[in-house]
Parts: sequence; C-alpha cells; structure tokens
Amino acid sequence: MHESILDYGRYRYLWVALILSIGSLVAYLWHDPIGVPNGGTWLGYTLGTIGALLILWLLWFGVRKRRYSGASGSARGWLSAHVYLGSTLILIAFLHSGFQVGWNIHTLALALMLLVIFSGFFGVYAYLRYPSLMTRNRANTTRDAMLEEIRELDQQALALADKIDRNIHDVVLRSIQQTRLGGGILAQLRARDDSAQALASLRKAVSTAGASAKADAGSQTMVMMVDFLANQASDAQSDNLRRLIDMVSRKSALATRVARDIQLQALMEVWLYLHVPLSLGLLGALTAHVLSVFFYW
Amino acid sequence: MSEVFEIAVIGSGPGGMSAAARAAELKVSHILLEASPQLSNTIFRYQKGKHVMAEPEALPLRAPVPFEAGTREAILDAWDQGMTRLGVNIRYGAEVSAIKKRDDGVFEISIGRSEKVLAKNVVLGIGLQGNIRKMGVPGEDAPFVQYQLDDPDEYEAETIIVVGAGDAAIENAVALAKQNQVIIVNRRDEFARAKEGNLRAISKAIEDGVIECYYGSAPERVDKLSVGRKPGRLILNTPKGRAQVLCDRIIARLGANPPRSFVEACGVVFPNADPASVPAISEKYESNVPGLYIVGALGGYPLIKQAMNQGYEVVEYILGNIVEPADEPLLRAKFETMPGFRSVSSALELVQKSVPLLATITPLQLREFMIDSAIRTPKAGEPIFKRNDYTNSFYCIVSGHVEIVVDEASDKRIRLEAGEFFGEMSLISGRRRSATVHAGQGCVLIETPRRSMQKLINSVDGVKKLVDRTFIERAIRGRFGDEATPAQIREVVASASLQKFKAGEVLFREGDEGDALHLVRVGSLTISRNLGGREVVLSYVPAGNYVGEMAIIGGGKRSATAKAAIATETIRVDRDAFRKLLEQNPLLRARLAQEVKQRTAENITMQAAASGGDIISFLVGQGVGEATDVLLIDESLCVRCDNCEKACAETHGGTSRLDREAGPTFADVHVPTSCRHCEHPHCMKDCPPDAIRRAPNGEVYIADNCIGCGNCERNCPYGVIHMAAKPKQKPGLLQWLLFGAGPGPGESPYDPDSNQKKAVKCDMCKDVKGGPACVRACPTGAAIRISPEQLPEYAYARNP
Ligand SMILES: Cc1cc2nc3c(=O)[nH]c(=O)nc-3n(C[C@H](O)[C@H](O)[C@H](O)COP(=O)(O)OP(=O)(O)OC[C@H]3O[C@@H](n4cnc5c(N)ncnc54)[C@H](O)[C@@H]3O)c2cc1C
Ligand code: HEM
Ligand code: SF4
Ligand code: SF4
Ligand code: SF4
Repeated sequence: MHESILDYGRYRYLWVALILSIGSLVAYLWHDPIGVPNGGTWLGYTLGTIGALLILWLLWFGVRKRRYSGASGSARGWLSAHVYLGSTLILIAFLHSGFQVGWNIHTLALALMLLVIFSGFFGVYAYLRYPSLMTRNRANTTRDAMLEEIRELDQQALALADKIDRNIHDVVLRSIQQTRLGGGILAQLRARDDSAQALASLRKAVSTAGASAKADAGSQTMVMMVDFLANQASDAQSDNLRRLIDMVSRKSALATRVARDIQLQALMEVWLYLHVPLSLGLLGALTAHVLSVFFYW
Repeated sequence: MSEVFEIAVIGSGPGGMSAAARAAELKVSHILLEASPQLSNTIFRYQKGKHVMAEPEALPLRAPVPFEAGTREAILDAWDQGMTRLGVNIRYGAEVSAIKKRDDGVFEISIGRSEKVLAKNVVLGIGLQGNIRKMGVPGEDAPFVQYQLDDPDEYEAETIIVVGAGDAAIENAVALAKQNQVIIVNRRDEFARAKEGNLRAISKAIEDGVIECYYGSAPERVDKLSVGRKPGRLILNTPKGRAQVLCDRIIARLGANPPRSFVEACGVVFPNADPASVPAISEKYESNVPGLYIVGALGGYPLIKQAMNQGYEVVEYILGNIVEPADEPLLRAKFETMPGFRSVSSALELVQKSVPLLATITPLQLREFMIDSAIRTPKAGEPIFKRNDYTNSFYCIVSGHVEIVVDEASDKRIRLEAGEFFGEMSLISGRRRSATVHAGQGCVLIETPRRSMQKLINSVDGVKKLVDRTFIERAIRGRFGDEATPAQIREVVASASLQKFKAGEVLFREGDEGDALHLVRVGSLTISRNLGGREVVLSYVPAGNYVGEMAIIGGGKRSATAKAAIATETIRVDRDAFRKLLEQNPLLRARLAQEVKQRTAENITMQAAASGGDIISFLVGQGVGEATDVLLIDESLCVRCDNCEKACAETHGGTSRLDREAGPTFADVHVPTSCRHCEHPHCMKDCPPDAIRRAPNGEVYIADNCIGCGNCERNCPYGVIHMAAKPKQKPGLLQWLLFGAGPGPGESPYDPDSNQKKAVKCDMCKDVKGGPACVRACPTGAAIRISPEQLPEYAYARNP
C-alpha cells in the first residue's frame, strides 16, 4: 500500500531506465563511427540531446514538487522516475562523450553532473534509512513537545535550585543560558547539545559546595554526594537536591534526543543544499557546453 | 403581582426579544423576563468582535428590530436601541424557575424563590444553552465563585480552584496555570470525558506538578473568609477524608443543564427520550399546553433570523391575526417546480396525503421538513443516485415511481411506487449507497438532507418505527432474498430485532453458543480470537455486513469474538428462524457455506500474521473504525519534509487542514491529526445552518454558509477542525521561485486579526484536480489515504 520511491508502480521506472540504458549501450556498441566515438557523431548528438533533455526534465522536478494543484501524477511517481532516469545519465553522458575527458568546459559539465547525481544517491540513502531512526528516537512524542518539556524542566530546576543554594542556582542558570540546540548546519549535523556539560558542571558545583567540608568530595559519585549533603543539610535540602539532579538528568536525556532528532532531520536535508545549487551550476555549464559546441562547429 | 399581562416572554434571545418588541410596537401589555443582566445572553457571550452571519440568506427578516450580518457589538447595540425606542418592558436578572397554569387559565410565572408574575399567554424563548450547572453546595454563590471564564489572561498570581473534568474545565485550568496557581477538582478518578488533546495536556500538567489535582473528590461547602490572605476556602470530600483548600477564586465548569427538564416541568411534552428531540408545536408555535408558545432554538430553529421571525409571528398569532409565515415565499419557490402547483397549502396537503410516512407529523414539522428539502422531478430513466455514492439524503416518492437496480449484472430491478421512500440505508448506516436508483415516468420526489430527516426520526415515533421496520425488511431481503421467497423472508423479518452496542461491548464471545446472526446496521466490529492467551484481531467488519453465521451453519460454538469498534447497532436474527430459512433454501445454504469457507481462510492468513492484528487494533483505537477515509503515514518512509502540509495549505487558502506531526504512531504507522470523514460525522451535529455536508464521494466538507459558531470544532473528537479567516491573495509560484515575491508555497498564514472566521477542515480535495493534494505531494510515498474496508489488507501488507 505504501510504496517507496524505489518500488513505486512495481519498479516501473527502473524498467524504463534499464531499457534506456541497454538501448543506448547496444546502439553505442553497434554504431561504428568514423574515427573515435564522440559527441560529434550522429549517435553522439542523439545521446547528447537525450541527456540534455533529461537534465532539463530533472531540474523541472523542483518546480513540479511545488505545484500542488496540478493533476500531473503524484510526487512520488515523479521522484521515482527522477531517481532512476537521473542515474542512467551517468551511462548516457559517458557514451555521449565516448569516454573522453579533458580540462575543458565539457568535462566541467560532466563533473558537475556526477556530483549532482552522487549527492542524489546519498539523498536516496538518507530517505530510506533515517526516517525509521527518527521515529524510534522520538518515541511517540514530537520535537515541540520535547522542547516544551525542556523549557518546563528548566523553569522548575531553576526554582528548585533557588531553594537550595545560591551557587547551585547560578550554575543551573548558566547551564540553561548555554543550552543551545540546533544552530548552524555543522552544529546540527554534529548533534551537539550542551546538556551533558551542564550536568557535569552541576556535579562539580555540588561537589565544591561539599568540598568546603570534605576535601575529596570532588571525586565522589552523584549518589554519594547526595548522601553526603544529606548529612550536611536538612532532609528537605537533600531531597531537593536529589530532585534537582533527577530533573537535570531528565533534561539531559531529552536534550540528547532532540539533538539527535535535529541531526537526523539535517541529514535528510543537507544533501539538498549540494544537490540543488550544483544542479543549477550544471544548468549553466550545460548551456555553455552546448553553445560552445555549436559555436565551434 | 396584581397585574395580569397579556403576554409574558421568557428569555430575551433573538426569539423572545423580537416577540416582546412586536408586543410593545402593538401596545399590547407585556413583560420580558431575562435571567442574565443583559439582553440576549447567548449572543452577548459570543467572542468579542465576532462576525455574526445572517443565514439563511434567502429568508426575509420580519421583526421590529433590525438584524443584518455584522459584528456582535453592532448587532447588540442596535437591539438595545430598539428595546428603548419601542419601550419594551424588560426585567433583567429575572430567572424564571417555574411556570404553572392556574385553573382560571392564567399562567403563574415564578421568578427566583418568591416572586411571581401573571400572564394570559407565555412565549418561551430560552434557547438551548441551558442553565449553567452550579456546584449545589452551600456557598455556591459566594462572590469569588464563578461559572464562566471568558479570558484566562485576565487573572494572575491567584490561587484558583477549577471544579470539573470536562473539556471546558481542562482548557481553563491549563490556560490559567500559566499565571496562577491552579488546583483542579475531579469527581472521578480520571479525565474520561475529555478530548484526546485536553487529556494529554492535563495529565502532563498534573504529572509535572504545574497543576494540583484532587481526584475522586467532591466539593462539600464554600466558605467566605474575613481574616487571612485568601478570601475563601473550599471544603472537599476526598477519598482520604475531608480537605480544605484556601483560594482566591473558584471556577466551576460543570456544563449546563439542558433546558428540557424545566420545559417538561411546565407541562410541555417531548415525543421521546432522545436528547435531540424537540417538543411538538403547532403551526402557530403553540405547545400542547394551550397558551404556552415556544420560539427559537428551543423549538428546533437554531438560527437568529428564524428565531426573530417567529417572535414576530407568535405575537400576531396570539392576537388572533393571520400572517403568512415568513418562509412562505421560500416554500412557494420550492413547490413551483411541482407539476400542477396551485398554492403552498394545497401542495403541503398533497404531500401529506400521498406519503404515509409523513401523514402523522404536525403542519409545522411538515413546513420545516419541506423548507430543508428539495423537490426533484427527474426525467424517466435518469439516475437519482448511483451505487457506491456516499450521499446520505432521504427520498419520498410523491408521485410516479422509481426503479432500484438490485442486481447490476442482470439489471434486475424492483419498483417503488408513490408513497414509498428510499435512501434510508445510507442515511442510517452512513455508508455508500447499496444500489443505483433510476427515476420512472412522471416522478416527483422530495429529497431531504440527513440532518432534517434525522431530526424528524428523532422527534416523531411513528416515523422512526416505519423507517426502522422498512430498513430491517430491506436489509434482510437484500442479503437473503435472492434465494428465499417473500413469505419466508417475512417470517425472518418478524423474528428480527434491533440491538445496540456501546464501543468495546461484546456481541458474542469465542466459545459461546451461537444463538443469533447479526447484520451490522450502524458502526463496525472487530473480530478477534484468543491465541495463546492473547487477544488477536483478525478482521474488521464495517456496516452492511453480517457476522455470526458461522456458528449457525456449522451448528456449533462461536469460533471468534465479535466486539463493537464504535457505537454500533445490529439487526439481530434469531438462530431458529435463520436455521429454518436455511433448511428451506439449500441454495442459500450453499452460498453461505461458501462464504464461511472463504472467511475461515482469510482468518487463517491473518492468524499467521498476528501482529497485523495489532495494527488493526491500534487503528480502530484511533477512530479509524468510524472513518470512511483516513490519512496514514508510514514513518519509515516519511522524511518530515512537510510537503503534505504545504500542499494542503497551498490548495486550501493558506491553512493546512492536517497536522502531520501530531498524533500517535504504532509500528511505524502514524495517524496524523486530519479528518477521518466519519460515517456519522460528529461535527455535523449542532451545526446551526447545517453547513457540514457529505459529497457523493464521501468527503465531509463545510459549505460557505458556515456561521463560525465553533460547535463543530468542539464536537469533532479528533480535533481536526479549526476556525480561520480567508487569507490574502498571493503571487504565483514562478514569481516566488524566481523573484522571491510574496510568501512561499504553504506559507500564507491567514489573517489572525480578522473576525470573519469560519470553520475549515479537510475536504479531501474534492475541488482539486487529481485528488488529495497531501498524498500526491508526498515525494516518498509515505502518505496514503485508505478506507477502513482496506484495513485487513493494509495490516496484512505491513506484516507479511
Ligand atoms: C458561538 C455561536 C455563534 C453563533 N453564530 C450565529 C450566527 O452568526 N448567525 C446565526 O444566525 N446564529 C448563530 N448562532 C446561533 C444563535 O445564537 C441561536 O440560534 C440564537 O441565539 C437562538 O435564539 P433564541 O432566542 O432561541 O435563544 P437564545 O439566544 O439562546 O436566548 C435565550 C435567552 O433566554 C435566557 N434564559 C434562559 N433560561 C431562562 C430562564 N429560565 N428565565 C429567564 N431567561 C432565561 C438566556 O439568558 C438567553 O438570553 C450561534 C451560536 C453560537 C453558540
Ligand atoms: C543531473 C541530474 C539531476 C538533476 C539536475 C537533479 C535536480 C534536482 C532538483 C532540481 C531537485 C529539486 C529539489 C528541491 O527543489 O527541493 C531534485 C531533488 C531530488 N533529487 Fe535530483 N537531480 C538529478 C539527479 C538525481 C539522481 C541521480 C538522484 C538519485 C539517485 C536524485 C535524487 C533526488 C532526490 C531524492 C530529490 C529530493 C526530492 C525531495 O525531497 O523533494 N537526483 N533533484
Ligand atoms: S471533522 Fe471530525 S467528526 Fe467531522 S468527519 Fe472529520 S474527523 Fe469526523
Ligand atoms: S485531502 Fe486535501 S484537504 Fe484533506 S488534508 Fe489532504 S490536502 Fe488537505
Ligand atoms: S509529504 Fe510525505 S514525507 Fe513529507 S512530511 Fe508529509 S508524509 Fe512525510
């Protein structure tokens, strides 16, 4: 019932792509040009035209994708065709050029095209692999809900810390101010979140708060610190502290999940930032390639 | 209390106000009693600046005070001025608690506890909002106790106790908790009555300690305090004993008592216990109590203009004047297409004489029925509806005949003659039409929309009985009539009865003795078996199918459990009667045996893919059981590009009608918040202008005459309706792509300041070429729409 971009319409476009590839290959092998095979022969022109039209059609997908009201098929059909026919371009382009490359505008177009295509391959991989990971990571909530919960936890932690100790309040406040989820594209991809650091600095603050009484508190585990503080302060204090640490740990776990969520989303999007500009570059290079061929002719 | 008024009007809504104004205009002695401190409390309580619409457009207004579409403020102002100009004798803050007719025919109207007003005639226009339920404990009227909350942001830094567990209480509590300390008091142990979204919000707030909750607790007393920082306290009866809570404010949201019991106490009779039924009133709006008249929403007329017209007319009638009802021109325009039309009254008479179903209804009911209906005069041979259409209107044959195609392959037809009716199947089951119907020679039909027909069925017992009996007969004949004779069928019909089941209730259990066969008439079932101690759902049975035949044919015990997926009604056919039918008809027996075999085979396949059953259970739990079409997203394919939402917004005036991210997920199947196009749409109930309709392909959509009252938003249990204003025009796609002109695709938010809000929801893209834009725009194939009939197949496909 759900069909992915690969098995859409029972692999309809895979077959189309295979037939196109095999057809071109057979023509190429059967064709016996005068001299070396290249773009200047009749087959070269034919393949070149097919390739150029294909590229234009692949570019058109960006427009089609945003045309929501037309009746020209489903986006997944278009994308399935995009993926399979786009891939055949590798073969068609090389056959078109007769496997000749050099340092010129023609090869620039080829290189750009290959970059676009390989970024597309990554895209397909990302589209098939990351969605499930994302679902699992989210565990049935939404990112907004997680962010909301983090915000609430922050508020509560701050209120609680205020009751415990000035020093700890400052630490919590600083860690909240420093928490940054997402950010630039690289930060997103690295799944950075500062919550672990916040927890660490809280631990440190707790231990230095205790250190005035006991010198080696810094090396103790959290539970021991709480126990330690329980001896120092009132019952309510240690209970508050335990709750604070619970809160910050929970926040840290959430922040890690949000960061992972952002990372996965970024992975699914980032390649498009190569794919699309490069494909526009390709359009330029292709135009230059075609013009120069006609100019020299 | 010596003065006896000619007319006492109770309730100053559009109906009552207009009646009092007309009485004042004619200088008739009158009094207008209004419970609240202002005119027209219902309208007064609309949201500030609301744009009030004057539907139905075609209906002329006949009232001494003006009314045209405009803001709430402008309309209330005009009415207030009208009251003063005409010198209406109005008393505010006068809540009528009882109306008694004395032996001398004069009505004694009690206000509050002690005061009384006398009048010869009473016009009751108290609307349907009902009396707000109070806590019913000492101190319930203390100054810091309130029963309404218009703007939660008005309060801050207070300790507020919210009493109640419904949606209103939860929404208030959650909103107030932003700036206040909130305590919620719930009589029960859980928030069972609330919508999914509210339930989540309150559970979370309680879990996080933002709101404190007293479960299983009931208020016992409210005390006003004169010392201390808080003005009051609430004494609670909790499971752990008595508790007291100090507070600044108590907000009790306990809903409203429908006005019915008050009206009944006045002597007015309702036709049956159905909460949707309205009292029968005469053509002159008089109830069964002579001298007691009912106008407006209470009498079943839910729009302002209708209520105002009735207020005017009722005073004329009381004075003995004859006025042509304001809807007369509408009726005339309707009947004019009828061959041989002379006058409205003769046409009404003809209808009532030729259609026995309508013979017993009152003239006013008939008028209303006809106003909502359309007269159709199709040419001979023209299809009236087609098999598998999703329409749900109801047809009465006034003259001529129609032909129903019972078997498409052989084009076998049966004839229905003048006086009979059809279309009841889809009306009741909410499912597709089961057969195509063609018009015969000289055919004149009355087509009635679902809501009006249901209202009639709920208000007149005779109509309900006749429709039900016909339904049973036709359903059984449709299922078994091919092989059996009419006499045999009649015998089975005589033994059949209707049976209702609540969601989750069991029809029969695996291992029970098979005592009856059930034809599902409304709702749907799940079939499950106990496999190794675990309940495994094997299949889903929508309305129109039958269950329970296996045990009867096989002669043994139930092989599976049948459970109602949603509120369900079945036609129950007794085992013995059915056995007899089978014995008489070996052919029928053979056909059913064949079907049993096939079902067994299907069950075995499903049993092998037992986890598919879990998907069915999950989806049924999400309300898919009452859906006709639901959007599902495969989260292992969804790349969260939100193209689906953008497409929806782009094709629907800038607001997406689906929320992709919200909603639960199970085994990668995600049910986003989007319309399920329910078989019996909850949103349709209480839509004053009847603006929510069902198109032939099943789409439930909202027409332009929506008045923006927000009832549907509240009634939809899936939270998929929003109130939104029309967005501004935006430039085309290529202009955006090339020059960055205007907002991009899917990014045109509606104008948030506009007060001209109407309800918007998914219309399944019925006006978009190519079908559902959300599904077509999904680049990865994650989003699909399916109907519940496809559930088993779907579940199986995901778990081969
Ligand atoms: C949010 C909302 C928006 C709406 N928008 C529109 C719209 O745009 N256009 C439209 O045509 N319709 C609209 N409606 C419907 C419209 O409000 C009603 O049809 C109309 O108010 C019905 O008028 P009525 O006179 O029958 O009763 P109501 O207007 O309900 O008036 C009843 C009055 O009786 C008083 N009362 C009740 N009990 C007693 C008692 N025991 N003693 C004394 N007084 C009593 C009440 O305080 C109230 O003032 C809307 C409804 C809602 C809820
Ligand atoms: C020269 C060849 C190609 C060109 C010019 C091209 C161009 C484009 C363009 C313009 C888009 C629209 C992006 C947007 O507007 O969001 C796109 C999307 C995409 N392309 Fe290509 N493409 C090419 C080859 C390929 C190949 C070979 C593959 C995969 C094997 C591929 C996979 C994709 C995918 C997965 C998308 C994303 C669809 C979406 O999320 O909406 N492309 N491509
Ligand atoms: S709006 Fe809600 S109640 Fe109405 S059909 Fe859609 S899901 Fe059902
Ligand atoms: S079917 Fe159309 S209206 Fe409904 S959610 Fe999809 S795009 Fe929106
Ligand atoms: S369009 Fe498809 S892939 Fe994109 S968010 Fe919607 S369901 Fe997911």
